[in-house]
Amino acid sequence: MKFDVAIIGGGLAGLTAGLSLQKRGLSTVIISAGQNAMHFSSGAFELLSRTPDGMPVDSPLEDIPLLPGDHPYSKIGLPRLTALIDQVPQLFASAGIKLQGHALRNSFRITPTGTLKRAWLALEDVALLPTVETSVGRKVLLVNLAGYPDFFTSFIAEGLEARGSSVRICSLKLPEMETLRTSPSEMRSVNIARVMDTAWKSVVDGVKLHLRGEDTVILPQVFGLKDESVLSLVRGSIPANVLFVGTMPPSVPGIRAQMKQKAAYENAGGTTLMGDTAVSAVLDGGRVVSLRTRNLGDHPVEAGQFILATGGFFSKGLSSTPSRVYETLFSLDVDYDADRNNWYAYDFFTPQPYLDFGVKTDNSFRAVRDGEAIENLRVIGSILGGAHSFKLGCGGGVAILSALAVAEDLSNELK
Amino acid sequence: MTLQEYTASAHNFEECMKCTVCTAYCPVVPVNPLYPGPKQAGPDGERLRLKDPFFFSETLKYCLNCKRCEVACPSDVKVADIIQAARIKYSTSKPKLRDMMLASTDFMGSLARPFAPIVNGVLSLGVTKAVLDGFMEVDRHRKFPKYSFRGFEGWFKRKAASSQAAFEKKVAYFHGCYVNYNFPTLGQDFVKVMNALGYGVELLKDEKCCGVAMIANGMSDKARKNAVSNVQALSEAVSRGLKVLTSSSTCTFTMRDEYPELLGVDNSAVRDSIILATRFIFEELENGVKLEFKPDFKARIAYHTPCHLEKLGWGVFSKGVLKKIPGVELIPLDSACCGIAGTYGFKKENYEASQAIGKPLFDQIEAVAPDFVACDCETCKWQIEMSTPYKVLNPISVLAAALA
Repeated sequence: MKFDVAIIGGGLAGLTAGLSLQKRGLSTVIISAGQNAMHFSSGAFELLSRTPDGMPVDSPLEDIPLLPGDHPYSKIGLPRLTALIDQVPQLFASAGIKLQGHALRNSFRITPTGTLKRAWLALEDVALLPTVETSVGRKVLLVNLAGYPDFFTSFIAEGLEARGSSVRICSLKLPEMETLRTSPSEMRSVNIARVMDTAWKSVVDGVKLHLRGEDTVILPQVFGLKDESVLSLVRGSIPANVLFVGTMPPSVPGIRAQMKQKAAYENAGGTTLMGDTAVSAVLDGGRVVSLRTRNLGDHPVEAGQFILATGGFFSKGLSSTPSRVYETLFSLDVDYDADRNNWYAYDFFTPQPYLDFGVKTDNSFRAVRDGEAIENLRVIGSILGGAHSFKLGCGGGVAILSALAVAEDLSNELK
Repeated sequence: MTLQEYTASAHNFEECMKCTVCTAYCPVVPVNPLYPGPKQAGPDGERLRLKDPFFFSETLKYCLNCKRCEVACPSDVKVADIIQAARIKYSTSKPKLRDMMLASTDFMGSLARPFAPIVNGVLSLGVTKAVLDGFMEVDRHRKFPKYSFRGFEGWFKRKAASSQAAFEKKVAYFHGCYVNYNFPTLGQDFVKVMNALGYGVELLKDEKCCGVAMIANGMSDKARKNAVSNVQALSEAVSRGLKVLTSSSTCTFTMRDEYPELLGVDNSAVRDSIILATRFIFEELENGVKLEFKPDFKARIAYHTPCHLEKLGWGVFSKGVLKKIPGVELIPLDSACCGIAGTYGFKKENYEASQAIGKPLFDQIEAVAPDFVACDCETCKWQIEMSTPYKVLNPISVLAAALA
């Protein structure tokens, strides 16, 4: 099979690059080993939440110049980065994904443990506060569904009460969920969300019975797995401000967004090799010629340009032995500390150094191997070196913006 | 017993990180509350079953073995293999007469075919359906695939074998029970397309049912016998340098992957040579072989990827071949199970779940309103033809119809 661009990895970065390239008239394929990390996402993307000194960031665009030269944002450069940032809401909207928030000022989302975290953009059903001082509500009714183990109401209540809200917790027992409860180990967000496509009315009725003058109602993110219209039905039927707060994975908003992104990519003519894995690459004279995948065996995936978007350790883009950290497909140069003792921090709750390891690239995100850039292999997303995405809070932004920058470069080159 | 026997499984359940993504993509979970779901039935349950078979539950029979959990799994856990292997290892329920009849596609086919006109007539009678429904628990809504009076093998020997010798290049063809007993036209279309590509067709020396329905119906011993016999027949062809092409995605998948994973039959010498014909054709066309098409061929086709083809990862070839036919407008349908899962949907107790699983697909087909649907699986064909007003053609037959 021949394509203009072959993308290895079907996560946020790979799908964003694929959609952008298809829209620019190029033919692409995405090789995706299983469903992606959006299934575990908070439903919000960070652009920049902390400076390299660990100071909180309120205005990401103002603080991006503080980043070191090897950070992906620095490689893109602020003027171009700003232009790419402006394209993001529209690109996602074209896939039917509405995003809230903006890059000038960070917003704050309520986490599943009741704390606040900075966010750049968030999906529709993520409770987003414009400032850290914004009150969630004077009186809050915090609602769980009986038997659902993945929504931690007491943590959330504690977090909100520390911020001045008065919180009352209630649990709804719905007849529609009784059949689900026969299999308690599968009582997970996605299964509940399927029931909620019709049972949302019972939730609304239950909430109304429990309401004692609360101005705000918080519900778990278990509505609208395929279609978010049920969100506005719930919002419109409860006489209070309705907020949806995250659950333990899988993430209903994350899955919905990824399904829409994948559908938009395929509707734009993109090819997905789902559940397949790139197992080896053929290089010739410093260029990648083709890939071999597990499912296609000896049938090569050929392309003029290649994009590596395989993610970090979690997605097996990176792996390690006791003595080295390596990139799994091309053996690219990885930026890591040779002394294994420096891979970990003893305090579990501080950023772990190994999470900063990533693939080395030139300023156009060309992959580097044995010190030389591979001409037609770009790297995007969380496998990129220099991003420090946990420490800086920039993972979503790096994934989306490196994808858009590379898509723009490739379409300019190929045209 | 050694400690390992209580802790180590033939399948990689320990790679599961409990993310529940498999459950999000399982077609059974939303429609059947009795099914524990792929995570619980698969890796979670495996850990317990290894300690004590008491933890095996017969509800694992509700698994369709569609493998969508495996396609979705980010950790490459063989979720469905774990479930099916557990059924083979621990299930104490014996297949009913109905299950044996549904699963023995080749035996039933050879019994019925000589009396095909009578059998077809009788099977379509309301009274027969009522009897099957009442006594055999085969759902009355189902239409049985018609048996063909003259089988494909007979046709091939009489009408085609001699002309095939003239071709210098050859391929072997595993036709499967459906082509032989029910729908020889597909096999004839296959021969026509191969000849147009410049290949003569040979049949295997001794082809047996691939066994997929036996695996699903608790008859793994019989399936294993067929697998051993088929691997031998395949080896004979492969050792002569032949590729063995197929027109059924499920036979292909079963012989390539279920033989070693579920039946413990080593197929390593032949696995890479068992190829769905659309992949072979795609590669031939990509390598520059030209086919002559009718100048006025026009078709608006909705393409459905069968679950087992989704798992093989080869739907891209079937779609690719259809796209190469001039005059074809191809609309790929969303990746979704049609609900039949071979013999599963024929059983009375599964009928409602089967139709509920397929509903989004049927709705989409009706919304697309194509000229017809294309699909590489015979049981998906029965299900879609029963549940929508549209005909379903194998891509090979579409190609044959478009050839000049």
